[in-house]
Amino acid sequence: MADQEKKQHPAFYALLVLLIMMSVGPIALMFVNSFKLDVDIISGTSGLLFLPTIQNYETALCDVLPYELDHLDFCSLKFGGSFINSLIIALVSTVLTLIIGCMAAYALVRFRFMGRDTVSGTTLMVRMVPPAVLLVPVFGLWNNEFCLDKEGWLGGLIRDNFGGRGDVCLAGTHSGIILIYVAMNLPFVIWILQSFIVQVPRQLEEAARMDGAGPFQVFFKVVLPLIKPGLAAAAIFTFRIAWNEYLLASALSDRDTKTVPILIVNNMSEFNVEWGVIMATGVLLAIPPIIFTLFASRQIITGMTAGAVKG
Amino acid sequence: MSYSTLNRLTPYIFLVPALVIMAIALIYPLGYMVYGSFRSWDPSQALPDTDFVGLANYISLWNDPNFHESLMVTLKFAFSVVSIEMVIGVGLALLLDRNLRGMSLLRTLFILPMMIAPVVVGLMWRYMYHPSVGIFNRSLEGMGLGSVDWLGQHALLSVVIADIWQWTPFIFILSLAALQSLPRSALEAARIDGATGWQQIIHIKLPLMMPVLIVTCLLRLIDAFKVLEVILVMTEGGPGLSTEILALRISRTATEFRELGVAAAMSNYLLMLLLLLTIMMLAYNKVLEVRAARARRIAEEGL
Repeated sequence: MADQEKKQHPAFYALLVLLIMMSVGPIALMFVNSFKLDVDIISGTSGLLFLPTIQNYETALCDVLPYELDHLDFCSLKFGGSFINSLIIALVSTVLTLIIGCMAAYALVRFRFMGRDTVSGTTLMVRMVPPAVLLVPVFGLWNNEFCLDKEGWLGGLIRDNFGGRGDVCLAGTHSGIILIYVAMNLPFVIWILQSFIVQVPRQLEEAARMDGAGPFQVFFKVVLPLIKPGLAAAAIFTFRIAWNEYLLASALSDRDTKTVPILIVNNMSEFNVEWGVIMATGVLLAIPPIIFTLFASRQIITGMTAGAVKG
Repeated sequence: MSYSTLNRLTPYIFLVPALVIMAIALIYPLGYMVYGSFRSWDPSQALPDTDFVGLANYISLWNDPNFHESLMVTLKFAFSVVSIEMVIGVGLALLLDRNLRGMSLLRTLFILPMMIAPVVVGLMWRYMYHPSVGIFNRSLEGMGLGSVDWLGQHALLSVVIADIWQWTPFIFILSLAALQSLPRSALEAARIDGATGWQQIIHIKLPLMMPVLIVTCLLRLIDAFKVLEVILVMTEGGPGLSTEILALRISRTATEFRELGVAAAMSNYLLMLLLLLTIMMLAYNKVLEVRAARARRIAEEGL
């Protein structure tokens, strides 16, 4: 059987090449264009005949570059700041989701609270809720209800230290955005980690307990190291959602907590799009997920297929 | 606290953070939304200060032609996208299910479009569809054909194509995993009995893959109703309402028209629609399972 399938029809390879070109082509096109000046993009110097320039990247990153730019009078695109915001939000929400999700998954598996059906049901239900549906209530709650009174001691403390008018609310802070991302991702993370924790042999934990380890020690020193592949898959999925999300972040962020997707959308909706600069910001936003994909595609595929194939 | 009580409390301590966060940031907001959908609510007001209007938001939406249009666009988009992606994705999986040396590299390249931010996907396609700068029209003109008004006249089609580009790999990868976990014995038996390639696919592979395919289809369908950023960046819902899917309309009602109560009612309609679809597909899956179990029992009794 293996011998039979070694020789494929040439048309088969042609199809493969075509498929690869179709899936990678648009990304490559964006990458190439990000090194072109707008003049080159519009005049249609086709293909690869152009002088590559990093000017677009310089314009995008003008607020964090250590040197002055000649071609720019005023740094309007604060990409560097948004990039840092995105990074903080994505990393913190990933770490929090993993820690909390891991603990919950462990409790669900080892102490047999709820069946796996309950968890997969919840996961499916949460997956069913579009971010657009969460937009209205989250906007209302984060702005009006999840606030600390400015007269209270904690609210007063925060206000004195960080300034601002009125009550201290979750909206407009990093933590407000992080909270909703953690909640959105938790069910999926719990569910995927469950399938890994089930495979950890019970005897190992019992042996550790015999040696005098408490439940927390068993969890952190025995279970966690054994489910690293599951953690990697869950981490990539959470990071990707937090890194790429636009809608909720745009409702909850203020001038100082804008993430990169918001910046890109704001610059796209203007009448005269500066293609080169926008493509450069797009490339910068796309780089972290692309790196993850290239180095951890096995974990990503595990995470994706675990959903449907194992049921 | 003694050691044994600590031991007994551990599972609760481990579960509490997750439960608290989900209660605060998912369940409470959803309840808040249902409550808000019965009120006349604009963003400057706190919800308790608003007036109760009963079902008025729901009824006005029910009679609103723009809402109907938006609903139709959403359904057209979701069903065309999912059906085309299922056909191409499953077809490719059947075709590429061979022992290729570079298969893992191929899969890596295929999942790239899914990992990239939807905002960036929208940006790339908006550039490629651009009437004068874009690569499609430029190639068409280069070949002497007329240019196409991608994001104008054919906006919905263009959006569908972009979504197919991004999400067909998802179905491809899931079907490939399903194919590779099929029992080898059944395929072997069919080959020995002289079944042709097509017969194997239609009578053995597809029926055995069916449960996975249904779940895949369901996941994809749910996600198709969530698409927002790609369309927002490409067309902003236009021209007219031709690509304004419900998710986009909800966010515009909330942010531009500042009618949070109506937006909440619309969100509830969308949730009910999704719930209905999910229940239908899961019920269909159950029916298939029951039927398969009965067929197996009959076969065993026949022996």
